[in-house]
Amino acid sequence: MSSDLLLFLAAFLASAVEAVEALTIVLAVGIVRGWRSTLWGVAAAAAVLAIVVAILGPALQAIPISSLRLVVGALLLTFGLQWLRKAVLRAAGLKPLHDENAAFAEERRLAGATTAVVPGRTDWYAFTVAFKGVLLEGLEVAFIVIAFGQSAHGLSLAAAAAAAAIVVVTAVGVIVRGPLARVPENSLKFVVGVLLTSFGIFWAGEGVGVSWPGSDAAIVGIAVFIAALSLGLVRVLRRSRPAMRPVGAGG
Amino acid sequence: MSHLRRFGAFWWDFVVGDDWHVAAGLVLALTATWVLADLGVDAWWALPVAVSALLVVSVLREASRQAHGE
Repeated sequence: MSSDLLLFLAAFLASAVEAVEALTIVLAVGIVRGWRSTLWGVAAAAAVLAIVVAILGPALQAIPISSLRLVVGALLLTFGLQWLRKAVLRAAGLKPLHDENAAFAEERRLAGATTAVVPGRTDWYAFTVAFKGVLLEGLEVAFIVIAFGQSAHGLSLAAAAAAAAIVVVTAVGVIVRGPLARVPENSLKFVVGVLLTSFGIFWAGEGVGVSWPGSDAAIVGIAVFIAALSLGLVRVLRRSRPAMRPVGAGG
Repeated sequence: MSHLRRFGAFWWDFVVGDDWHVAAGLVLALTATWVLADLGVDAWWALPVAVSALLVVSVLREASRQAHGE
């Protein structure tokens, strides 16, 4: 039960972070170039991502469970450590925070600087930028959802979490009609990094023959351990760099 | 840059990320844990310890790189 909750949380937060970044691109292009071609680009990218999940998700279940857990665990570990490393460096002030307002302004500038749209024609610039933005931001989420889908139950739970996150972010974006700059992206990335790394350790460990004390409940213990280590690392780095403005893990 | 190189660079960045040492360390850590488990050692601690070490080393290396203005 607790591992299901963590799985849902990991998929939801990872999807929400990527959806916020995709929303920034889509909004900027849609506002400057018009919505028809932009939304076709979004729809095309969403279709590609859905096909990737629909094909690869069930196909994974044909692989023997121990090999599958090793591959999935290793994949989650590489993603998780990438997210966590960046989040720790950002929280410690060693890497600039992702600025949605700046990204939005830059996308608007680029969209406005390109050749004007011929009325009634498909705007391939808007289509391509929206397609690429949604596809690239969504690809990692698709892989995370697939990785969690090593059981049919996990796949549906992770897919539902991703869909819920996308609906929430889109709804807020439509209401605000601007980039969601107030979303504490680094905090979310920190939590997602901890969760992906923890699931990665657990499943990769099972894949190489480890027996976890407490069985599935070990995931919670691993997550607490990784979270404590990461927060400790941020604290040490901040202390060793007193001249820098500390940026909260919630930054 | 050719399409093939850009395609390869995208997947390298997607899977390996900013620090290839971490990915290489993970391969070593998984192999070592597998060997320990295969020898009958109760090696549940090995992967959390190895992953922690990889994270700490990678972050400290980046901090040190920045401190030296690289």
